[in-house]
Amino acid sequence: MTASDARPLSRRDWLLSDRPASRMQARLGRAYVAWRRFSANRLAFLGLLIIIALLVVAAFADVLAPYSPTIGDLKNARLLAPSAAHWFGTDDLGRDIYSRILFGSRWTLYVVILVAVIAAPIGLLVGTVAGYAGGWTDAILMRITDIFLAFPKLILALAFVAALGPGIENAVLAIAITSWPPYARIARAETMTVRNSDYIKAVQLMGASPFRIVLRHIMPLCISSLIIRVTLDMAGIILTAAGLGFLGLGAQPPLPEWGTMIASGRRFVLDQWWVAGAPGFAILIVSLGFNLLGDGLRDALDPRSGDQ
Amino acid sequence: MSGTLLDVDDLRVDFPTRTGLIQAVRGVSFSLGRERLGIVGESGSGKSQTGRAIMGLTPPQARVSAKKLALDGIDLLAMPARQRRALRGKRIAMILQDPKYSLDPVMSIGRQIVETLRTHEKVSKAEARERALAMLEAVQIRDPARVFDLHPHEVSGGMGQRAMIAMMLIAGPELMIADEPTSALDVTVQLDVLGILDRLVSERGMGLIFISHDLRLVASFCDRVIVMYAGKVVEQLKASELRDAQHPYTRGLLNCMPRIGYERHPLPVLDRKPEWAA
Amino acid sequence: MTPAISIDGLEVAFDRFRALKGVSLEVKSGESFGLVGESGSGKSTLLKAIAGLVPAKSGSITVNGKTLGARRDKAFYREVQMVFQDPYGSLHPRQTVDRLLQEPLAIHGFADGEQRIQRALDEVGLGNGFRFRYAHQLSGGQRQRVAIARALILEPSILLLDEPTSALDASVQAEVLNLLEEVRRRRKLTFLMVSHDLAIITHMCERLMVMQNGEAVENLTASQLIGHRVEKDYTRNLLRASEGFVRTA
Repeated sequence: MTASDARPLSRRDWLLSDRPASRMQARLGRAYVAWRRFSANRLAFLGLLIIIALLVVAAFADVLAPYSPTIGDLKNARLLAPSAAHWFGTDDLGRDIYSRILFGSRWTLYVVILVAVIAAPIGLLVGTVAGYAGGWTDAILMRITDIFLAFPKLILALAFVAALGPGIENAVLAIAITSWPPYARIARAETMTVRNSDYIKAVQLMGASPFRIVLRHIMPLCISSLIIRVTLDMAGIILTAAGLGFLGLGAQPPLPEWGTMIASGRRFVLDQWWVAGAPGFAILIVSLGFNLLGDGLRDALDPRSGDQ
Repeated sequence: MSGTLLDVDDLRVDFPTRTGLIQAVRGVSFSLGRERLGIVGESGSGKSQTGRAIMGLTPPQARVSAKKLALDGIDLLAMPARQRRALRGKRIAMILQDPKYSLDPVMSIGRQIVETLRTHEKVSKAEARERALAMLEAVQIRDPARVFDLHPHEVSGGMGQRAMIAMMLIAGPELMIADEPTSALDVTVQLDVLGILDRLVSERGMGLIFISHDLRLVASFCDRVIVMYAGKVVEQLKASELRDAQHPYTRGLLNCMPRIGYERHPLPVLDRKPEWAA
Repeated sequence: MTPAISIDGLEVAFDRFRALKGVSLEVKSGESFGLVGESGSGKSTLLKAIAGLVPAKSGSITVNGKTLGARRDKAFYREVQMVFQDPYGSLHPRQTVDRLLQEPLAIHGFADGEQRIQRALDEVGLGNGFRFRYAHQLSGGQRQRVAIARALILEPSILLLDEPTSALDASVQAEVLNLLEEVRRRRKLTFLMVSHDLAIITHMCERLMVMQNGEAVENLTASQLIGHRVEKDYTRNLLRASEGFVRTA
């Protein structure tokens, strides 16, 4: 073709090109711009590192953990203080707390991901349909949402778990059921702002069905604010799961779930602080990681913070 | 130069952005007496940023520099921010395009005018009200006492823009900058508002900078016209001599608008030359 | 020959506000018809009522001989398309030009999408370099060209134009008006164009209707308007206003 093709384009120029030559290039370019904005924010980057570390730990817990998470040495190793042999000490059953925390990360991820996968799509669907349809549909869907919102999250989750029976699966279900309403609210608000825009009218004038408009034109606009909100909520989800575990309604011993670990360490908190302290610290770090990541994503993805 | 009200020499406005420096205004120079000066250009020509820089309303991240930017001999750029603020409204006033965004929505129109007056002059409340009503009458609002108590959303666009003019003129400024003051209005209302502005400016002997994209409107309203392109002045001429404009950009801009009674199919389009921006 | 658009006693109301108070109109096939008026005259509402974006309270709308009901079917949208006023608001912010143009083809099940998109972009003078750009990577004029391409891609016979150039600079406006005239000539389209600017309407249209407060003021041909042969004072006022500011000494 022309001379400009002869000179090798740097990868950065190719990504930032304002006349992309293919669908792929356009999409990658957009992702690259968001990534640049995200990585310019150091704290957000730290959050991302924490979450990546969590993923790695969860994936390789078998390899990384020096001891079994469930079988302790009751005879010799009860309630030992942190040392070179047991980095975070041992609990009342002689189990290595460091190993238990490593394995516990799997349960934390399990809870967080399942809740996000269940709650976010429900919220998105309810919100966009209510916002786009308006009228009766909107009124009914939103009143249902209001009923869920009227109860404090933990209390409602408690009620569900009490009805379904304790256990980590039921805890996940209970948290998911209680956390979709805010997402529905956000998606509805977002839908209302774009519903009357000319570009949605233009699609209506193409003869598109309401279903198609919601699915292909409105939902993609709501997704970035939803991702941000879900990420910011992750910390809350972990805490709720830990709370349920602490109250004995979530994961059941001997499962190394962090909240349950705190609950069983409560009895020794004054003399053997590490038994409850170590999992508490793990929850703190991971929650912080999700919060920082969420804030960074807000800056990188939020369409309102200036175009591009 | 006793007749000079505003002296602008080599005015520059730069916006630093992530992708580099954007030069919105690149060395604009002109001087203004007690006359009507039009600044014309298309979007991105820097006409609005020129007005804002004179007014001191440039966004904080931008850099404004000039060899000279003086109002009545006073250097505006060397002035402390406080003094500059005091000058705004008192000696320089500005009207923006849409009164809906420039009037305070929760305060009645009358109170806004009174407030403006009282920040610049020490007058009693009763006297301020008196003068505000007189001002509303001067902008040809038929029932000033009623409009005085209305809120901006309760009046039409034309009425809002008149109220805006009243508010801007109440402290008796010497220089008025009007940035697209009538673009948001219907054509018939547009002429009424322009008529009012025209009369007040000439009665009070003010200087007026009229910023607009509409070359023909500016030519019929102003004494002198500055044409801007890409942050620079490409041509300066008397409004009456617009027909004899030399620069191809000015001529192109004049030609490309459809006119009633002049059939041209297709319309001549502007062939932008890179050297215009150089 | 059946008229392209025929409207009889059309009423549109928003809550208690009567936006259109019984307007009648007939646009011949292949004709370019203008609607002129100030804000609140109901000219845009009339277009939206035809497109089915606002519901009609009473009266009838007939397009190419078919009287329309409350709902528009897919076939209607292959006959009638619309270009909006604000080029910054009428393109989806998260879709590339390619995706925007594909959508109507996907909805109506066209198989030769690839060629049609190429052709549509060429026709509006954009070419392939713009195909994978997002709306924010385009200027106002380019966006309006994309909007025109989108309207033309279903090959309608009638184009509704709602102030298509009022948000554009004068020089860009000329380019877009020329483009519209060219596609109309080439495709033998019927235009129904709304504008507040008499000069644009006389330039683009053969006949026009002046509107005020939801009612028709008068029907004119472009040459009547050019010759100032108008009946109503309101039209005369509009004409005078369009000639610019005149200082009364």
